[in-house]
Amino acid sequence: MDWTTALTNTIAAFLTLSIFSFLYKDNPFYKFAEHLMVGVSAGYWMLTLIYSTFVDKVILTIADGKWWYIIPTLLGVLMLTRFSSKLAWVSRYPLALVIGTATGVAIPLEMKAKIIEQLYGSIDLVTQMQAPDATLGLILNSLVILIGVVTALVYFFFSKAHTGATGYVAKVGIAVLMIGFGASFGFTVMARVSLLIQRFQFLMFDWLNLPRG
Amino acid sequence: MSIFEKMFAIDRRWVYLTLGIAVIIALLIPFSIPLPISKEAQSIYDYVDRLAPGDVIHLAMDYDPSVMGELQPMTYAILKQCFDKDIKVVVSALHQFGPTLAANTIDSAVARHREKTGETKVNGVDYVYLGYKPYPILIILGMGQNYRIPFPRDYYGVPLDSLPMMATIRNYNDVKGVLNVSGTSATDYWINYAQGRYNVPLAIGVTGVMATEYYPYLQTNQIFGILGGLKGAAEYEILTDAQGPAVEGMRVQLVAHSIVILFIIIGNIGFFAIRRSKNKAL
Repeated sequence: MDWTTALTNTIAAFLTLSIFSFLYKDNPFYKFAEHLMVGVSAGYWMLTLIYSTFVDKVILTIADGKWWYIIPTLLGVLMLTRFSSKLAWVSRYPLALVIGTATGVAIPLEMKAKIIEQLYGSIDLVTQMQAPDATLGLILNSLVILIGVVTALVYFFFSKAHTGATGYVAKVGIAVLMIGFGASFGFTVMARVSLLIQRFQFLMFDWLNLPRG
Repeated sequence: MSIFEKMFAIDRRWVYLTLGIAVIIALLIPFSIPLPISKEAQSIYDYVDRLAPGDVIHLAMDYDPSVMGELQPMTYAILKQCFDKDIKVVVSALHQFGPTLAANTIDSAVARHREKTGETKVNGVDYVYLGYKPYPILIILGMGQNYRIPFPRDYYGVPLDSLPMMATIRNYNDVKGVLNVSGTSATDYWINYAQGRYNVPLAIGVTGVMATEYYPYLQTNQIFGILGGLKGAAEYEILTDAQGPAVEGMRVQLVAHSIVILFIIIGNIGFFAIRRSKNKAL
């Protein structure tokens, strides 16, 4: 390991241990590491934005002869009029353009991906179950999904009191939701432990050069 | 304080300490655990494996260092599979803190490939790294029209038109699929705007926290595969014969999860015992 790698690894190890020290209690090492990360992140992001947006999309593009990029640039500059109480109204024009475009793009595609396709997928389960090559596993799987979707939706149906048959179905819906939350929690524990393991792998093998098990 | 009250109110620092010690011991002691391959990981591997040499895959690395523990092994395994099979890779990084990490990861994967096979993968010929641009929705939509709209130049400032690999690549129609490795909501954008708008075959590798959210898209075939957290990364490492930190990590997960379950049981025993004694007292 060359000395620059050893040095950067030592700095990274110090900062990792400083963050971990918060698990015991708040302390100056943790505060230092936290503030350093916030400061570095803000600076890094600002420079990334300047280079990836202003330099690349404005300066270099206009220098390439694409003069029409001046128009969106000017619209962007108009946004800055919000800082003046007299001229703030001017910023509504570029803002209207952004909101209008974003809404037009997002609504149909979000509807398609998150509602229409999901609805179709739930309806398609019935077709899948009726298919001649449907296996018992597929049929059971489809039934579980179908019952899960319907009962969970009934739980969120508030126009009728959850009593009698509706109440029983809603209770099944609650169970389905709880299983979903349980799966999410299990994955979350795995995710958090994964991050802990990665830091320990770094501290033990990259920094301290201990032999791997 | 009774034993049950102590069990119910264990100082969380004991949990952290026990977990830390368990992780260290599990990393030092060699043992292996069975890791069955899930259908959703196998389908991604098979999809890439069926591609012919020279085909192009878009690898979207939309994550930052905070989740690299889970996602970095996936990326390495995917890059290894692509390089081994001579599949060309277009890489983008749509997380603001990810572009340098992505560049280093590609360099490292190229170096690993050279070390193993003696073959050097060349930027612009075997892979192209586009880098980062803000506003992922616009970038994803833009690449669907022409990669040159959001990325006139690659990460290193070279115009895309001067890169040999990009001569035959205009938009998503010229790539065989998108593999999105993500720790952010960029995955939603890839599903909505790349798969939804341009029908490009899409598979995802996401953090454990995100995984359950995206399984419904698998059932509706909006994505053809999913790698969920470290488990997904370990599966892909096994599939690509690149066993590394994820497989090692899953071994440690077993021990860590056992500790977590143990503490949950201890806490619950304490809770129910206290409730029982309170009920008796009433």
